[in-house]
This record gives sequence, structure tokens and C-alpha cells, in this order.
Amino acid sequence: MLDRNHVITAKDLSRADIETVLDRAAAIERDPPERERHAGRLLGLCFFEPSTRTRMSFEAAIKRLGGDALDMGPVDSSSATKGESLADTVRVIAGYADALVLRHPSEGAATMASEFVDVPLLNAGDGAGQHPTQTLLDLYTMRENAGGLSDLTVGIMGDLKYGRTVHSLAYALTKFDARQHFVSPESLRLPRSVRYDLHEAGARIREHDDLDAVLDELEVLYVTRIQRERFPDENEYRQVAGEYRIDAATMERAREECVVMHPLPRVDEIAPDVDATPHAKYFEQAHNGVPVRTALLDLLLDDADSGGGEETVDAADDGEDGRKP
Amino acid sequence: MSERDDHELRVSKIQDGTVIDHIAGGHASDVLAILGIDSGTDEVVSVGMNVPSNRLGHKDVVKIEGRELSQNEVDVISLIAPAASINIIREYGVAEKNRVERPDVVEGVLSCPNHDCISTDGEPVASRFAVLDDGVRCAYCETLVREDLADHIDV
Ligand SMILES: [Zn+2]
Repeated sequence: MLDRNHVITAKDLSRADIETVLDRAAAIERDPPERERHAGRLLGLCFFEPSTRTRMSFEAAIKRLGGDALDMGPVDSSSATKGESLADTVRVIAGYADALVLRHPSEGAATMASEFVDVPLLNAGDGAGQHPTQTLLDLYTMRENAGGLSDLTVGIMGDLKYGRTVHSLAYALTKFDARQHFVSPESLRLPRSVRYDLHEAGARIREHDDLDAVLDELEVLYVTRIQRERFPDENEYRQVAGEYRIDAATMERAREECVVMHPLPRVDEIAPDVDATPHAKYFEQAHNGVPVRTALLDLLLDDADSGGGEETVDAADDGEDGRKP
Repeated sequence: MSERDDHELRVSKIQDGTVIDHIAGGHASDVLAILGIDSGTDEVVSVGMNVPSNRLGHKDVVKIEGRELSQNEVDVISLIAPAASINIIREYGVAEKNRVERPDVVEGVLSCPNHDCISTDGEPVASRFAVLDDGVRCAYCETLVREDLADHIDV
């Protein structure tokens, strides 16, 4: 299904790849896979940073396919604290598992790790870098709630500099020709490398420091958290964060059908009174992590069954992209 | 004065080694940095700076005795001194004369300026940068380096 069997950055996923995963996720939601579909397959979970929910949703996904998860456990009990390199750790765990999920605090960790393993490796976040499975579930949520993915007008607000979900999402939205409005304080704008890529890809982007400049155009408003540690002092943080916060009154100025999303956990950037409005889709978004990750694993394990990325895909039971006519 | 005369007048012949010619004036020190040549070096190195040149106005020339450059070193020199030519000398004669070419990728010579990058973390990988029109980009963390490439040379 995918050009390569690792899923490292949203940039590597073609529009067709993304649509294949989202279609499979929708099929899984309509008609859950039989429990024996990937019986006996093992997913190695390598989390060098805590992330209970991402870890749990991968675990739920592999179990729904009839497989099981192997968790290397918290980092303080693993070999990494004894000074073992990441390359060695993933090489060892790849020998136990049919696919690996990696979260690591260093940027580029997943790219590097993928050079050392033969099984599919999924990046579940590398520092301020990429988080492609979050992007897939974000896109799935948009597709289900905003009437498709083509030609959307999307606002992305908050910490655009360090927010890895934002970078992955922006790359992916570019493949669907979205108009993207980035709303943030000056100090948290998109990093140069991301802006470079978006321009190279012909993205339609604009940057704003005030949500009201674009709110009434948006079909999707994607809010992210501004973290305290990005600011030198508490006062400055409070002042800036307060300007990038929405509540039900804010959403009265938005389009009626505007979908509000957030990668969660939120702190106070979305007031609880938004939850009861029809705009709020962030809990549904969080739930979508399971069908989307189930779909992705299903496709990757199918590929592995049919010969680890060889050209023949005769075992596939659907018309997925990349199949030979 | 012709460039041929430059060689004969200003830089004595070497038996075996490398002559890096047509370095843009003022960049010899960057080339030396790429090659890890500093005051602690054993090799015999001669440097000509601001030598008049027909092609460049002023050029720098670096000669290193007893050392042939690796492809990685040539690749990084190409980023800093795109007009350079590299002559491999064997037995007092030019054995190979190469104009440098910008490679698609440079490996192992530059180090990533991003301290959060996995390539700076003691892992068993060489640094790797894609070469763009106007700079280089880390293959791991995707950080762009456009200015002052010579500051990121890791030797
Ligand atoms: Zn890097």
C-alpha cells in the first residue's frame, strides 16, 4: 500500500496513501475486522517519552486485529538508561515484533531507527518533529465532519513552532490543496524548515497574530496548546496564552459548520463551554485514533504478509492503491 | 600573469598529495577547516591567499602533501568553494584533475546545529545532509543550514 513500509513523516505519505488509510479506517468503523485477522502478530511499543494515550490506542488497534503488543516499559527501567544507543535498542526489539512504534524525544529519531530495522516502523512522535499517525486521525476527523478533505479552509492556532502535530498536519493538508491560516504569537510561528517545505510544495498559507482576522472563513479550527516552558516568565505566558484561547462566545463569530479540533490534552485554550456546542469534535478526534491506527497496522501487516513490500499484492482483498492492474 | 605561472612561481611542486585550486579569495581557511587542518597537523601544507586569478580576480590555493582527499571531503568543499578544482598529484604530476561538483548528499563532514537532533546524540550514524540550491538540510531532523556552513564542520 505505501511506497515504503515505514511511516515516518506525513511528507512521505502521498494523497493516495492517505486516502487508502482513511478509507480502510471508515470500513473498519462500519464493519469491525474479524478478531483473527492478524492473530499472533506482535507490535513492539518503544516509548522513550511517556504518552499513555498514543500507546494505548496502538495497543487497542493491534488487539482489535487479533494481535498483541510488546511494551518495552518506561525508559527508566530499560537499557537506554544504561547508555545503549537507540539503534541497538530498536534492532533488538525488531527481532521480537512484526512492527514497531517509536516515540523518542530527539528529532529525526524515527528516520534513524528505520535505517536499522526490517520490520515496519511507525513514528509516534520525534521531539518537535513529526507525528504522522496523529495527522491521519486528524484528517479522518476532518473528512468525516467537514464534508471531505478537498479545498478546505483550515485555521491552525497556538504553538506552531514546537507543535509536531501542526507540522505533520500542514504537510498533509497541502496535498489536499487546503487554504491554511496559521494563527500564533510572533515567537511561536512556523519554523523555517517547515515554511520552506510548504512553499516548495505550493501550499496556500497565510500567517496571522489574531484569530478574528480569519475566524469567519474557517471550516476547521485546529487549536493547540501553548506551553508554559516556551516563555521566560509566568506573566508573559499568561498574557500570550490568554490571547489564543477560545470559548463559546468566540465560536458565535465562527461559521455555523466550523469544526473545532485539538490533539488533546487541553489545558485552558478551549473553554469547557465549547464542549456542548456542535463545533466541538476533539473527543471524537481522540476516539478516531483507534480505527485509524487499526487501519494503518492492518495495511502494513497485509503488506508484510504479501512479501514485505514486494511488487505483487495478490493477497489483498480490496482495490487499494498501488495494486497492479 | 597566467594561472600557469602562479603555480610555478608561488607554490612549489609536491611529489604526492592534493592541490585545491581556484578557491574563492578568503576561503582557504574554510577549506582547511573542512580538512581538519590546524596547528596540530603533521602534514606539510602550503596555502596561497589572494593570488591574482583570471577567473576569480583573487583566489586561494591549498596544497597538502601526502594526502588524497576523500569524496566526502570533496563534496563539502564543493559547497563552500563551488569554483574549486582539485588536482590529485602523484610523482610530481597531475594524476587527476577534477572540478568539484555539488553532490546531492554530503555525509559525515558537517554536523547538525540542532542539539535535539538524533544525529548529534552518540548514535552509530554519520551525519547526512541533502544539498539544496541555497544550503543543506539535515536528513534526520530536517534543519536547514544556509549560512556559515564552515561553522558546522565536524572533524
Ligand atoms: Zn539534524
